[in-house]
Amino acid sequence: MATFEISPNQATTEAVEAHVLWITVGLSCEGDSVAMTSATNPSLEDIITGNIPGMPKVVIHNQVIAYEVGQEYIQAWFDAEQGKLDPFVLVIEGSLGNEKINGDGYWTGFGVNPSNGQPITVNEWVDRLADKAAAVVAVGTCATYGGIPAMKNNPTGAMGVRDYLGWNWKSKAGIPIVNIPGCPAQPDNMTETLVHLVFALAGMAPVPELDDAGRPVTLFGRTAHESCNRAAFYESGNFATEYGDDHRCLVKLGCKGPVVKCNVPLRGWQSHMGGCPNVGGICMACTMPGFPDKYMPFMDEDPNGKRSSQVAKFTYGPILRWARGQSIKRKYDKEPAWRHNDAELTTGYQKRW
Amino acid sequence: MALAETPKEQKVTVKQMSWDPVTRIVGSLGIHTEIDFTNQQVLKCWSTSMLFRGFDIFMKGIDPRDAHFITSRICGICGDNHCTCSCLNQNMAYSVKPPKLGDFAFNLAESADFMFDHAIYNDCMANVDYSEQMVKETNPAVLAKAENTPAPHADAHGYKTIADIMRALNAFTGEFYLETLQVARYTREMYCLFGGRHTHPSTILPGGCSANITQQTCTEYYVRLMRYIDYCKRTVPMHDDLYDFFYEALPGYERVGFRETDLVCWGCFDDPDHVDYDYRNMTTWGRHRYVTPGLVFGGELITTDLVEINLAIRIMLGSSYFDDWTDEETFVSQDPLGNPIDKRHPWNKVTLPKPQARDFADKYSWVASPRMEDRRTGKFIANDTGGGPFARQWVTAKAGLVDFGYVKATGESIRMVLPKTGFQPEMELEWKIPPWSNAIERQRARSYHQAYSALVALHNLERALVEIRAGRTKSWSDFTVPDEAISVGFHEAARGVLSHHMVIRDGKIANYQPYPPTPWNGNPRDSYGTPGPYEDAVQNTPIFEENGPDDFKGVDIMRAVHSFDPCLPCGVHMYPTTGKGKVRKVVHTPTGMC
Repeated sequence: MATFEISPNQATTEAVEAHVLWITVGLSCEGDSVAMTSATNPSLEDIITGNIPGMPKVVIHNQVIAYEVGQEYIQAWFDAEQGKLDPFVLVIEGSLGNEKINGDGYWTGFGVNPSNGQPITVNEWVDRLADKAAAVVAVGTCATYGGIPAMKNNPTGAMGVRDYLGWNWKSKAGIPIVNIPGCPAQPDNMTETLVHLVFALAGMAPVPELDDAGRPVTLFGRTAHESCNRAAFYESGNFATEYGDDHRCLVKLGCKGPVVKCNVPLRGWQSHMGGCPNVGGICMACTMPGFPDKYMPFMDEDPNGKRSSQVAKFTYGPILRWARGQSIKRKYDKEPAWRHNDAELTTGYQKRW
Repeated sequence: MALAETPKEQKVTVKQMSWDPVTRIVGSLGIHTEIDFTNQQVLKCWSTSMLFRGFDIFMKGIDPRDAHFITSRICGICGDNHCTCSCLNQNMAYSVKPPKLGDFAFNLAESADFMFDHAIYNDCMANVDYSEQMVKETNPAVLAKAENTPAPHADAHGYKTIADIMRALNAFTGEFYLETLQVARYTREMYCLFGGRHTHPSTILPGGCSANITQQTCTEYYVRLMRYIDYCKRTVPMHDDLYDFFYEALPGYERVGFRETDLVCWGCFDDPDHVDYDYRNMTTWGRHRYVTPGLVFGGELITTDLVEINLAIRIMLGSSYFDDWTDEETFVSQDPLGNPIDKRHPWNKVTLPKPQARDFADKYSWVASPRMEDRRTGKFIANDTGGGPFARQWVTAKAGLVDFGYVKATGESIRMVLPKTGFQPEMELEWKIPPWSNAIERQRARSYHQAYSALVALHNLERALVEIRAGRTKSWSDFTVPDEAISVGFHEAARGVLSHHMVIRDGKIANYQPYPPTPWNGNPRDSYGTPGPYEDAVQNTPIFEENGPDDFKGVDIMRAVHSFDPCLPCGVHMYPTTGKGKVRKVVHTPTGMC
């Protein structure tokens, strides 16, 4: 019996083998790799086992989950450099230190250079592999924009991948660096984008559309505020006055949601649970290029937000709230008058019996 | 343990072997060794890692209220432990006591984190070293024996033979491996109910928890927790069978990863009825923690007093690339109780990095060496955390202070009662203090600690529900930041002790020194030449692998290292590691090190 094909040329596309080479040890905490293991849409197993019809076979090389140790693990990286693994997507986690400022020292690396026995810096791996990669993906705010290691007074000169390779850099397949910010990146944002790219490389889907900050538009088109289930409280000028036992809008307690591109309130943290402002945590802007310095101290109100929230609080907000409250109370919280047990039908139906 | 003695005329095959990077951990770790293949013994070990970000440098001068948001980012798997530790630390500095529900929220979040972390680390990372695929490649004779060895607790976990257990642990295909990936997700959902997100939480704050905690929060936590307790009823007996089999199949296996029982545990999970976050009362509230703090030298529990523990911490340099800070400013000369504070104490640590070439006979790492002072002898001991659970349970069992119904510490053991769950009846477990500190016992303790953490969670959930049902739904208390303060947070990361020491001046951070577990375990030889625990444990490890030097995989060494649950972003959050200059004075030249 011929195999039923769910997607066009399924047998052909599923025969393609694509590798994902995931650098976990930029200047990072590896929170993105750890978060990736919690993804469910799709999960790691969905990707590895080819649970999605038509998806090319994906081999993931990531230190946190790899079976192989030491030389057996690192061999794939040397193979990629020599063109033996093709195509591959290079995923970079962690920011890149400025290796031009540290003399004989280095900021981060992995594996050993056989020619001199010294560690190979992450920057050197990027230099060796970027031009051979079909696509380069920066996951997490460290890799995308620098993040925490790149905050003011940092000693390493840390920067994001686009700062290092250039903001207009494109892969040999013509794809710009795909930024998936977040500290860590929302798990499904990572796995879903990787799958999207693999489909794109197999010619089955367009390359994800990116905004000026390199982010997929479908994921980062809205602000946290625009997806937040507390946003309506802002509209009616109704703001939380303390953390925890107060379910109203958090902007006066330091939430930066109105000026942060992020889909976590929409997608939850994992399996649609958790998150930030939607569950009571102030948005600290961890997906943004200006993170962290431009948003500190985190628990203080944003100056612009303060002005606009004052307007909402003292002008139209209370009027909206009052008017809606009244119409709910007087009209919508009451049943229509024809629902009763009297001996008369008042629904409007004209009896024919 | 002495190195293998060999007659002079015997020809000894010594090889230099390296594993760089070590995988199935978080972070960049290289293990470099010399191995005597004639006598099947590791001779020397150096552990290295490669990452520098400089947290304690760029945190100077910032608002102390940002400390937990920033320090969470030290580590991607214990980030929430850092965040919590920083909040405990800030509570002390600001003299703020959260409402009870806030304290319970911390306990419920952190116990869920332990449930997640120990599950994924045990069965998706470390136990891959004991999986069928690995054992087939390293010890085919052992696998053959496992095929014919019935599992003693088959009734509890469903696997008939030891080899069936090993197959269930195969990476990406084994049934138990795959189930655990899923378990590691719903336990993180539990974390998110109180912490917002994992691993860098959004709702854990000084003063308490900002999650909106309702009946619904508790219901969602409850159903997952009971499912997890059900899982523990299978996982603990399964691990017992697997680990006991290794002792039986490979006599002498207790020497793998062996070292002296020198342990540290700072305790965790405060009881809101006792904790007031005041340093002056820390001795008392520390002893009321659901995991008891303690210091162990040579298998003897020296103290459970957090103040005494605080006073005994020293940071040594030795083989690390730092200039000493003896001529620098002293931030803290005495603690709030009037006890003198040493110049080598974290409160007074000043980081003076001095990059230089790597020389294995002299300086070869950027990780400083934390030690505990043994007041009886004046010596400085290289204590380890046992990967977390081993030290936590050892101290808790010995101290005999914990007794909350589901869990009772007896002085020699911990008795746990896992209540009835959906698919299984009530089950009793007992973890007994083992005769050794070694790889197998660190692994086994982690398995039992999954159950321990779940029972702490269950108890705290019941108490949190009492608050909610009584209408006491506040979980956060307001505070003001003082101009001057010194403070400390003592907590446990999943893999062991975690402390944050802070000095506030003019309302800003003047000094912030986090000491996570991995500096304790993964440090190099100190100024007295004492090796760090990884090095020590690997140097004590005999080789049982059947492969010779040509196709050697080093599984025994990996089991020794993995048993500590290494987490390198924590280990080296402050400093760069080895310099890339030329080695000037080569004494030993293992592969990849010169």
